[in-house]
Amino acid sequence: MRGRTPFRPWCSSVVSDRPIIRVQHIVRSFGAVTAVNDVSFDVRAGEIFAFLGPNGAGKTTTIKMLTTLLRPTSGSLELDGLDPTTHQTEVRKRFGVVFQDPSLDGELTAWENMDIHGVLYHVPRHARRVRCEALLRMFELWERRKDLVKTFSGGMKRRLEIARGLLHTPKVLFLDEPTLGLDPQSRNQMWTHVRSLRASEGVTVFLTTHYMDEADRVADRIAVIDHGRLVATGSSPELKAQTGTDSLEAAFLALTGTTIRDESATAADQMRQVARVWRR
Amino acid sequence: MSVIFILWLREVKKYVRSRVQIVASLGGPLMYLGVLGFGLAPVFQRAGEGSYLQFMAPGVIGMTVLLTAMFSGIAMLWDRQFGFLKETLVAPVPRLAIMIGRTLGGATVAVLQGTLIFVVTLLAGFRPVSLVAVPLAFLVIALIAVIFSALATAIGSSLKEMQGFQMVMNFLVMPIFFLSGAIYPLEGLPRVLAGLTRIDPLTYGVDGVRGLLTGRTHFGVALDVAVLVGVGVLFVVAGAWRFSKIEA
Repeated sequence: MRGRTPFRPWCSSVVSDRPIIRVQHIVRSFGAVTAVNDVSFDVRAGEIFAFLGPNGAGKTTTIKMLTTLLRPTSGSLELDGLDPTTHQTEVRKRFGVVFQDPSLDGELTAWENMDIHGVLYHVPRHARRVRCEALLRMFELWERRKDLVKTFSGGMKRRLEIARGLLHTPKVLFLDEPTLGLDPQSRNQMWTHVRSLRASEGVTVFLTTHYMDEADRVADRIAVIDHGRLVATGSSPELKAQTGTDSLEAAFLALTGTTIRDESATAADQMRQVARVWRR
Repeated sequence: MSVIFILWLREVKKYVRSRVQIVASLGGPLMYLGVLGFGLAPVFQRAGEGSYLQFMAPGVIGMTVLLTAMFSGIAMLWDRQFGFLKETLVAPVPRLAIMIGRTLGGATVAVLQGTLIFVVTLLAGFRPVSLVAVPLAFLVIALIAVIFSALATAIGSSLKEMQGFQMVMNFLVMPIFFLSGAIYPLEGLPRVLAGLTRIDPLTYGVDGVRGLLTGRTHFGVALDVAVLVGVGVLFVVAGAWRFSKIEA
């Protein structure tokens, strides 16, 4: 893990050297299981940072800690200079998040979902209207704003969640497996949107995925996590060079091994299975 | 305030839009009203207790409110993993505001559903003794709704698995209904049963509604209301506490 990043004024203007997320030696245990074990990394303001790892590596647990939903067992966290465990409300204003499982209300319209979010984040009425419209147009959902969300396709729901997450102009956008379950067209479109976000919104994007090609395509830097430990950090070319491989997929396998991970199913997994059956 | 309001509004909007669910949830109470109400009427009459429909209509209203309120809380379990709840849990607003908005929303829906079944009982031949008492009876119904919405929030916040839902229905909701004196008079019960009915909050709710609508009460409306308010405060505090402990 690199220490303090050196001052490099010749670097691209969008990505600054100021870390917006600092994670130092965090540990999170659930009973006897250590889901995240002594993980440290920095994310610079304005960059697209990918958290890559096999199933059960600790990606979601890390996101939950950064988004104030879980407290670390030990170690320190910082988002925009604030500690999520002590400055919960302040930190929550500064990030938007799209969880792995949907968190839209299917019985409400796209507009209502956006509007409630605006109220929850204290966006003034007029600004709320303007911003909702701009974001819905940007994510190509404006025509469907009056339709109930339950009639939307998987890709449209994800787009709506991202649009909603950006409504309060957050500094960081967390995307937990944003393309899971989407068809290749929707995935492609999703990443086009995410990349254009940095230009239009200047937002830092922190995403998790286990699709190597996606991390390779969109991320400025990648952190590889396995068994709760950080095994490598760097740009895609750096990781390839470090492992002496020619594709990120090969680098990933070189770093994390080829054994298949058998996680024990949690209550959430069981519910996910039920959800899959019910959706048919 | 605006946060509480928008979350309350969300619950009410969803209720009004889900016509299928409204009709479906009338099924249970209608069955009790139709089958038990008319089936047991002759026996009740012969025992010198008067009209059974008159007696059980408040009980069926209480049952509807109980089931609707409890269901909204259990739905929270699903909502937490696959729904909107997580969105509210990471918002920069106090958990207490979220809990109050949801609970009041759930309670309002339960009262609306109770109103619907009240109209059905009127159609079936139920006659309140005084019209003035009807708004007062609805205040008691609102208390029942708040109590069980808060209890449901407490349970929904504590459970981790959907299977727990079945447990709650069989070991909590059904006993609360059957022990409440909704379908039988509280007078002359065996000692154990009498004791159990007294620790059931719904007993006081049904007794209060029955007292106001039909003039027949076991504990007296004042005591009923006092107990309901006390239990309400207790459950709202418990619900708020459990809700604040959710780790998504």
